[in-house]
Amino acid sequence: MFPELNNLLNVSPDKPEQGKFTLLCDAKTDGGFLVHHFLSFYLKANCKVCFVALLQSFSHYNIVGQKLGVNLIAARDRGQLVFFEGLKSTVEVLFGSKEQPNTLKFIRESSSDLKSLYEFVQKALTPSGDGSATSWKFPVLLVDDLSVLLSLGVEAVAVLDFIQYCRATVCCQLKGNVVALVHDSDQTEDEENAMLMNALGHQSSLILRAEGLVTGFCKDVHGQLKILRRGLLQPKNDEAEQWNTLLKVIEIPCARARI
Amino acid sequence: MLQILASRGDLVLLRDSVEWEGRSLLKALIREVALKGEQVQVLGCEVSEEVFREGLDSDTNSRLVYHDVFRDPQGWTGNWGPLGILRACLRGAEPGPCTLAVDSLSWLLLHAPCSALCQTLRALGHDNSHPGRVRVLGLLHEDVHGPGPLGALRSLAQIEVTVGGNLGFTTAQVFHPKPRHRSIEQTYWFSILPNFSLEFHKETLLEPRPHRGPQSPTVDAMADLTFNVHLSKKEREARDTLALPFHFSSEKQQSLLHPALASSTSQIFYEPDADDYLDQEDPDDDLDI
Repeated sequence: MFPELNNLLNVSPDKPEQGKFTLLCDAKTDGGFLVHHFLSFYLKANCKVCFVALLQSFSHYNIVGQKLGVNLIAARDRGQLVFFEGLKSTVEVLFGSKEQPNTLKFIRESSSDLKSLYEFVQKALTPSGDGSATSWKFPVLLVDDLSVLLSLGVEAVAVLDFIQYCRATVCCQLKGNVVALVHDSDQTEDEENAMLMNALGHQSSLILRAEGLVTGFCKDVHGQLKILRRGLLQPKNDEAEQWNTLLKVIEIPCARARI
Repeated sequence: MLQILASRGDLVLLRDSVEWEGRSLLKALIREVALKGEQVQVLGCEVSEEVFREGLDSDTNSRLVYHDVFRDPQGWTGNWGPLGILRACLRGAEPGPCTLAVDSLSWLLLHAPCSALCQTLRALGHDNSHPGRVRVLGLLHEDVHGPGPLGALRSLAQIEVTVGGNLGFTTAQVFHPKPRHRSIEQTYWFSILPNFSLEFHKETLLEPRPHRGPQSPTVDAMADLTFNVHLSKKEREARDTLALPFHFSSEKQQSLLHPALASSTSQIFYEPDADDYLDQEDPDDDLDI
């Protein structure tokens, strides 16, 4: 995780916020480092994490996680991390038996029904009742990334409803957090993706937006990070509603950010 | 601005954006209605009942009837439609004047056809138990929809309130479209206090709020640079007097028109090299350059 980002958000693994939906966006740059940050942050905070990884393989996140100080294999083995590898499941859907149940069965079907994916998340994060899950602080759902679902043919409203179901269960019922990444497609003028991003923005309490520089690529500064807190009636003391900060991501994909 | 609650039977659109959220203003208006002793029906589609009631006093909460759609947006636990539950909000309401707060119209627009939603909103005012006395406060995220659905809802609304900001303060731009009369438009500067009461400010008394950012140590960006970003006075004068190479000045024009003057000051001396091959049969003497 990046201590500089923790300072900006005024959080730490010892005192994380609960019951929040955080939206991660990126435009003209790769916002994946934010996903790695929150994955390592919540694992270090001793939270139960369900990671719906649709973009990369487990080994990719594990390699980056090790550079950020977390061992995903160990976290998975002790039951702290429930990892859903979307790439592997996609292969099983496309080349496996049709009768075999699959979390991503909506790829095969014409409907945009993400109920099976929601049920996977619900089962992963809801305490089993045998006392073993109570050792974790609170549950966290991490999704990388929602734009992939649009690319797979899921309707934007179905994605919104999926996140809403997850918020209702994880944030409201289980007092946990949801973090999801969505790409900004302003260059491609994808109306559905833009609608999804704006609608998710209205659902979120915190928006982190990584943007590339308007002037183009720069060796020393990779972009800027916009932080927007929503729903604040009166910002407390030096807490800001929105601010920009420059960032440099060193050694991608090691993704050590200096903010 | 509170006169927008004076007329019953109005559709009041609260238009907000990601940057300037309008739910707080919606809750503030609900509080104003509840303070008059009226019951408020709330159709909650985007936040949980617990989150919506948070911050409201007990008197307001006791007059607030929350219809929860948030927990089951697709109706997996029961058969219902988004517009059906909108109509059902008024069934349990007390007879007489009624206020219905919709959080949000954007959610309904995404889950139901625009035309059906407009018809349902129009029909709410003709409800038999509340003839013409249903006030609808609808939250609408204007950055989620295209111009078509926005225009359709705007044509139905009697009052539009657009939440924005300027100089670090929140503003509400109130627009009363009046058919056959001049429309009324006015901007209010306000703050919403923690108990969701409204505090209005006069524009002339506002000073720009300083940008609040994270406390970070000041860093001299000019330190350790490998190039010079400043010019001394002498360097600036030398730069100003420098003639640009492709600037067609009068001196250059004269040198081109009178090349002899230039040749008198410069000559080219050629010493043929020992290995040079001079073809006597093909001299260049015929070229008069």
